[in-house]
This record gives sequence, structure tokens and C-alpha cells, in this order.
Amino acid sequence: MTSDTAPRDPLDDLLERVRREPKAIGVLFPAVGREVGRGPGPSGDPEGILGPTVQDEARTALVTALADALGDASPDLLAEEVGALYRFGDAEEKRAVLRSLPALPGGGAASRIAAGLLADALRGNDPRLIAAALGTPAAAALDDHAWRHGVLKCLFSDVPLDAVHGLADRADTELGRMAAGYAAEREAAGRDVPDDARRLLSLTHGETEA
Amino acid sequence: MRIFDPHVHMTSRTTDDYRRMYDAGVRALVEPAFWLGQPRTNPGSFHDYFDGLIGWERFRASRFGIRHHCAIALNPKEANDPRCAEVLRTLPRYLAKDGVVAVGEVGFDAMTAEEEKAFAHQLSLAAEHGLPVLVHTPHRDKAAGTRRTLELVAASGIPPERVLVDHLNETTVDMVDGSGCTLGFSIYPDTKMEPERMVRILQRRGLDRVVVNSAADWGHSDPLATARTGEAMLRSGFTRDDVDRVLWRNPVEFFARSGRLLLEELAPYSGGAFAGNSILRAQHAEPDA
Repeated sequence: MTSDTAPRDPLDDLLERVRREPKAIGVLFPAVGREVGRGPGPSGDPEGILGPTVQDEARTALVTALADALGDASPDLLAEEVGALYRFGDAEEKRAVLRSLPALPGGGAASRIAAGLLADALRGNDPRLIAAALGTPAAAALDDHAWRHGVLKCLFSDVPLDAVHGLADRADTELGRMAAGYAAEREAAGRDVPDDARRLLSLTHGETEA
Repeated sequence: MRIFDPHVHMTSRTTDDYRRMYDAGVRALVEPAFWLGQPRTNPGSFHDYFDGLIGWERFRASRFGIRHHCAIALNPKEANDPRCAEVLRTLPRYLAKDGVVAVGEVGFDAMTAEEEKAFAHQLSLAAEHGLPVLVHTPHRDKAAGTRRTLELVAASGIPPERVLVDHLNETTVDMVDGSGCTLGFSIYPDTKMEPERMVRILQRRGLDRVVVNSAADWGHSDPLATARTGEAMLRSGFTRDDVDRVLWRNPVEFFARSGRLLLEELAPYSGGAFAGNSILRAQHAEPDA
């Protein structure tokens, strides 16, 4: 935990190093679990699917420090380094980068790389990355087609729809049509229709008795 | 029997192997970075491979109740291709990661100047990152390659207890034993060790600093070779505690020196479903359906 009462917070040391030497984030970002700690964040989910973990929060602080250190003067450098943190990150680091995207300065080069990172996360089958890609306001960078496929992928990879940011606001009739097709396919195969599929149908005013 | 396989290339294995390994007692392993059979031609090819070792493969293993760790390095064979050597520049990013418990496989293949340069450089990276080293000893001219390996290790200043010299056999065991390094034996059909020969070495020199691995990969190999060795030990009069020492405690002790083992998060696995892990249960059940 990043305790407020600790006399010397190890996260403060990492933040200080990033401010002093932004390039060091490449080796400090992976070390966060060892240096700062691990565990579930406010969501209580240690896998970080329902919300950021302790490591995610610390890594978001590092990305914020990086953005501050590079300043408005170097938006391309910031984009390059955030892209590299994701490119060379393990699944936990990638998840943290995705969760840190809303902390990047809006409209800059870094926020322009968001769509590419989200698309990469949704291309794979790791539920932690799928959840993180859809789990913050940064998912607005996905076009509707990509976002719907991401939501539908949650049903296939057992990511609870509670992990999806702004689901009720963005769910549309096209997503409802896709969810109905999924439910029909499950029924035809004699399989259960998951509660989350029914939830999508009801959100989009489709058939609730699939 | 609980088993830590300290050298197995799971990228080349199937989910059936993971199931059989779990059933045989394998609960943790190390997958060292190596050659894929088909030569790589650029650093990006290595990056994608390393990403698989720290990413998808770790995830895949966890679905079968097995903790997956890896060692990262430019392997000796491909150190000879100048198009690949540039990957040395990005290694520090990977060597900083959780679950990366060693620099490896490094060492010699054909004993060229390029191999020696990459080997020495990666020994210094291991020292810098506080990581143990997993050394591959060559198939051809093994004794000479092993001797030169020990000279380079001594020159590097890395304490021998942080170095595992692997693929040993009857002709190289004593040389490495004298160095103080950890002794690795690959139980691998046709070209390396066999369970009964392994037992004879253990009977002769004892269990201290010995680890046994399957080195299973894309060749004719057996991911259960560790279990077969444990069974051969029991048949020869070794105790269950002796087997536990060789197949679990010795490799754990060696790789724990990295400070990066992830053993505490072992997920229980029972015949196709994860108890208490709803996130993974449905995905895992898919192949059974």
C-alpha cells in the first residue's frame, strides 16, 4: 500500500528519479511491484479487472510525473516513452499504461497514441488488458465499431461488464443486435446465456428473454 | 512430488503438456530465452518472443496452476548474427521485470568471438541488475566450451552461487562442481542425460547444488522428464525428501537469489476449473467444451 503515514514513501523516491531523469522510467516502471508494493486497489480486485491495483495507481503516478517532467515542450518525447512502456511492458505494465491514459495531457501527441494502444489491448485475449482498455474514459478514443467488439469480447473472455466504463451511455442498438446474436448462438448450442449478455440486451432495449 | 522445472521451453509445448505437467506435480518453472529452431533475423523478432515469455506464456501457465518465470538473453547461436545483436540494447528493460529470474540462456554454441563478446556483455548486465545467470553449455566440443565458460564467469566477478551451468553430463560435472556454480542437468532423450545416469551422478556426488530439468522444447523431448528422474531416484533408494530437495528446494533456492520468484500466488487447479477464480474459470473451461 502507498501509506500516507510512512516516513519515507518508496513511491516518492521513484517519482523524484523520474522527474530528475525521465528516461529512467524504462527500468523503474517494471520495478513498481517490488519497490512500492502489490495488491488490490479500491475495487478489491487483485487482477485489476474491476479497477486499478496498487501497482496501477503507482505507475499512473509515474506516468504523470513523466508528463510533468517532459512538459508541454516535448509532446512527441512523451508519446514515444509512453508507447515504449506499453511496447516493452508485461501484462501488468501494459494494464497500468492503459489505466494511466486519462492522466496524459489532452490533445497532445501522447493522447493521440491512445487509440493504437487500446486497439492492441483488444486484439489479445488477456482479460486484464481487455478490461483496462474499456475501463477508463480513454476508451472514447475507440470508434464505435471497435468499442462494440471490445464489449462483446468481454462476454467471450469472462470480463464482467462492470469493468466497462460508461457502458450504459454508449451501448447502442447495434451492440444490442450483436448481443442478441451471441445469445441465439449460445441457445442453439444448448449453452447458458450469461447474465451479462442479458444485461446488454436490456441496456439496448433488445429481447430480455433471449 | 512437487516439481520446479528450472529449464523448459513452454512456448513450444501444448496445453496438454501443461495438464500432464500439473498432474505430475509441476507447480513452477523457468523458461529461458533461446533459439526457436528457425533463425531470427532482427531485434523485433526477439522483442515479440520476450513479450510472449513475460506475457502470454505466463498467463497460459497460470491457467493450469503453474507459475511461469523466465530468463531473458540473446542466445549464443544468434549472437553470431549481426542483425540480431542490437537486441542487447533493449535487454535492460526486460531484465527489470518481475518474474524475470535470470539472464539466460547465455554461453557458447560454436565458441566464436561474437559469442564470447555477447556472453561477457550479458554477464555484466546480470551483475548490474542483480540477477543470477543461466549458462548453456555447447553440444559440440562441450568440455572446452564448459572450461572457457568457467573462466569467463570467474573473470566477471559474479559469485559462483549465482551461476547455473546447464546441460552437464559425466564428462563436465566435476569441472563445474569445483567452480562452486550450481550444476544443471537436462534429462533429454538421445542427446543429453537420462534418469538412470542422473541417479548415478547423484549417488556419487550428493544432492547439493544440483538441479534437474527437462529442457523440453520443439525437439524430441519430454516435459515429464523431471518426474521420471524423481521416480528413478525413489527406485534407487533416495527418500522423498531427497527428491523434494533436487526437484524443488534446490532450484527455488537458486532462483530466489533474483528476488523475483512469484511462488506466493500459486493458483489451485483441479481437473479443468480454477477454484475461487471466477475470472479465469470460463476461459479455461472452453477447451473442454
